[in-house]
Amino acid sequence: MANGQTVSGIRAGRLPAGEIAANFGDLHPPLDAHEAAVAADRCYFCHDAPCIAACPTEIDIPLFIRQIQTGNPEGAARTIFEQNILGGMCARVCPTETLCEEACVREEAEGKPVEIGRLQRFATDSLMARGAHPYTRAAATGRHVAVIGAGPAGLACAHRLAMLGHDVTIYEARDKPGGLNEFGIAAYKTPGGFARAEVEWLLKIGGIAVKTGRALGRGLTLDALKRDHDAVFLSIGLAGVNALGLPGEDLEGVHDAVDFIAELRQADDLSALPVGRNVVVLGGGMTAVDAAVQSKLLGAESVTIAYRRGRDAMPASRYEQDLAASNGVRLMFNLAPVRLLGETRLEAVELEYTATVGGRLEGTGETVTLAADQVFKAIGQTLDGAPGGIAIEGGKIAVTGAGRTSLEGVWAGGDCAAGGEDLTVTAVAAGRDAAMDIHAALGA
Amino acid sequence: MADLTTNFLGISSPNPFWLASAPPTDKEYNVRRAFEAGWGGVVWKTLGEPGPPIVNVNGPRYGVLHGPDRRVLGLNNIELITDRPLEVNLEEIARVKADWPDRAVVVSIMVPCEEAAWKTILPRVAETGADGIELNFGCPHGMSERGMGSAVGQVPEYIEMVTRWCKENYDRPVIVKLTPNITDIRYPARAAKNGGADAVSLINTVSSITSVDLDLFCPQPTIDGKGSHGGYCGPAVKPIALNMVAEIARDPETAGLPISGIGGITTWRDAAEYIALGCGNVQVCTAAMTYGFKVVQEMIAGLSDWMDEKGLARVSDFVGRAVPNVTDWQYLNLNYVAKAKIDQDACIKCGRCFAACEDTSHQAIAMKPGRVFEVIDAECVACNLCVDVCPVEGCIDMVQMRPGEVDPRTGRTVEPDYANWTTHPNNPMARAAE
Repeated sequence: MANGQTVSGIRAGRLPAGEIAANFGDLHPPLDAHEAAVAADRCYFCHDAPCIAACPTEIDIPLFIRQIQTGNPEGAARTIFEQNILGGMCARVCPTETLCEEACVREEAEGKPVEIGRLQRFATDSLMARGAHPYTRAAATGRHVAVIGAGPAGLACAHRLAMLGHDVTIYEARDKPGGLNEFGIAAYKTPGGFARAEVEWLLKIGGIAVKTGRALGRGLTLDALKRDHDAVFLSIGLAGVNALGLPGEDLEGVHDAVDFIAELRQADDLSALPVGRNVVVLGGGMTAVDAAVQSKLLGAESVTIAYRRGRDAMPASRYEQDLAASNGVRLMFNLAPVRLLGETRLEAVELEYTATVGGRLEGTGETVTLAADQVFKAIGQTLDGAPGGIAIEGGKIAVTGAGRTSLEGVWAGGDCAAGGEDLTVTAVAAGRDAAMDIHAALGA
Repeated sequence: MADLTTNFLGISSPNPFWLASAPPTDKEYNVRRAFEAGWGGVVWKTLGEPGPPIVNVNGPRYGVLHGPDRRVLGLNNIELITDRPLEVNLEEIARVKADWPDRAVVVSIMVPCEEAAWKTILPRVAETGADGIELNFGCPHGMSERGMGSAVGQVPEYIEMVTRWCKENYDRPVIVKLTPNITDIRYPARAAKNGGADAVSLINTVSSITSVDLDLFCPQPTIDGKGSHGGYCGPAVKPIALNMVAEIARDPETAGLPISGIGGITTWRDAAEYIALGCGNVQVCTAAMTYGFKVVQEMIAGLSDWMDEKGLARVSDFVGRAVPNVTDWQYLNLNYVAKAKIDQDACIKCGRCFAACEDTSHQAIAMKPGRVFEVIDAECVACNLCVDVCPVEGCIDMVQMRPGEVDPRTGRTVEPDYANWTTHPNNPMARAAE
């Protein structure tokens, strides 16, 4: 075929369209009713269950699983949404292997936890399939809160505030809401336009206006927001991307992984999305794995993740590592990029082996050069566009308690705020808790 | 290898596993296939009077109680006795028996409580060459409304009377099948014995409504918006049946009366338990209806392997071996003291023992940091609930305290000697210890 896997350069259509579509199918297909019943029966209904403690949103997991067991999946969904209004997305994208399912006593007993994530999806899908929204708003309080950023933290905060009777306006920099759920997570984890559908479903509670194309510094100022609203919640994420600071970084073919993922998530036709023949992903987090696996699924001939530290230090879970490996991605450890090679177009990446000496990571002097048409940088994102005068801690907005910033009347949560694990589920917890704190502060 | 051949009332069969009188034994086709699969014998589905055949409902006959993964725990049926003409059944019985002389073929019978009716059918059954008869005094549904089945089994005088008629008019073994839908199973068993029965078989099904359709507000199985109670069987009834078997086995008035055990037998282990409680053989239905005839092969292999392991050469070597250990509560040793002990290495920290003990028992389990669960000996009454709810087999044990140790719950020293309620000082009826 014209644009097969072995054609050099960055090309679209490396695989037949049908194969690409199949590659991006559901990573974990939904459970049918019987499968859910069997999976639910494995839950022991533990006392003070460890899975609840391991969930950042503290969903009552044994209770919702028991509700599935007893043929009440919509009741199960309400138990989930009570704690986590984005429980549908979290069911798909949570690294359950390091959260609830890692804590499951069945994991300890037999190395095979209850499939909490898939059961959660079964429950939330059951309720959401009806299209109706399960919550109604409390009596109007007359208060109005501004939420900056329509990612998981902002949506969770807005929903809870709306439920409590406050009016909310969400200002979103992009042209549609969803944040990383919409733009930043591997497509195979949330196929079928679920992120968009979930936001629409969430907004059905009413009382939430979403204004897109609006960001701090782009027509919005914190002072004006504070003046026009009773409280402000900042959930602006990490809009900046770390640079390598290496020679050749401006060569054609060197991209930020987050841009690639966003483009992929928004693409109507994946077979029209170009990808390199030889792809090297620099980094070791979930973004690196998402970029690498999706490159492979688009038809890249070889994809390598090069991480500067050892496997144990890799932020991506072992499950994610294995997912990458099973998709044919090569994982290389203790390799730091030295320079990017090529005339105008990227041709190769030179990397140096590393070792930890006296607690510090050092190059060993030994290098390796990998052929590369395309490099994805996935070495972390940074806070960008935080309002002036707000206290910063470790590169993020400093918060105390339930997301209170150093500024009166301003809360923050999600990836932009200090603490937390930069996961959808932690963002939801932060948004929810900030909403409760805002509600208390407003004294409504 | 153990010899599984059994001789029950002089009826020989290559193993103790018979199919009970029920749908699996309703016709020649099934019975031949059952014998090919290895069943030791059958009790042919109950025959009724000559004349117009029985009519069954044309809607659902069965209801079910499911466990996890739709495992059948209990089955309920409203099917009546055979709905095929008597002549057809008799011809088939004769043919099958002739072709399978080494297998037991017993014929279940249910006709009205009139001597003439029995006198009519018994010679015809005898002509088939069948090895014996079983009197169906058990079915709790349908036929009981017509004065048969459990309507007879619930009146010991009728049992004795009909059994006597059968013994007088039939020269091969007569087994009386008992209904469990009665207060004290010993009375019908005694009546059967007094009437001359060669054996009793039990239990027949338990009167039941398995479930209610919450849309129709109607019992299931549902026939055009209505439901009728059925007969319940399967693994769920086994504990009820085991007790009734033991009651008969240890009743001085019926001790030694051969018993054919029925009720939820699904595995070799179930069968071994029935035999240990005094059954000379066992009858199976629900397991076959759930898994097919092949299930007997596991039963045969399992029982044989277990007997080899125990050094038991023949089934008769352990018939009734557990009966002497069935006693009345008042004779249990009150000086036997045990405490639960949790194996911390085996514990998976689910906390079910804690929830059960803390909420519903004696607050005798402590939950410590790190989800460590420990028994508080000073509170533990050794009730065994924690063992029962623990998902890990062998994780919690009931450890007997040795004589001379002090029970921290009571502060009393564990006595070495047996002592029971009959001599206990708190018992106002206590007899002085000799």
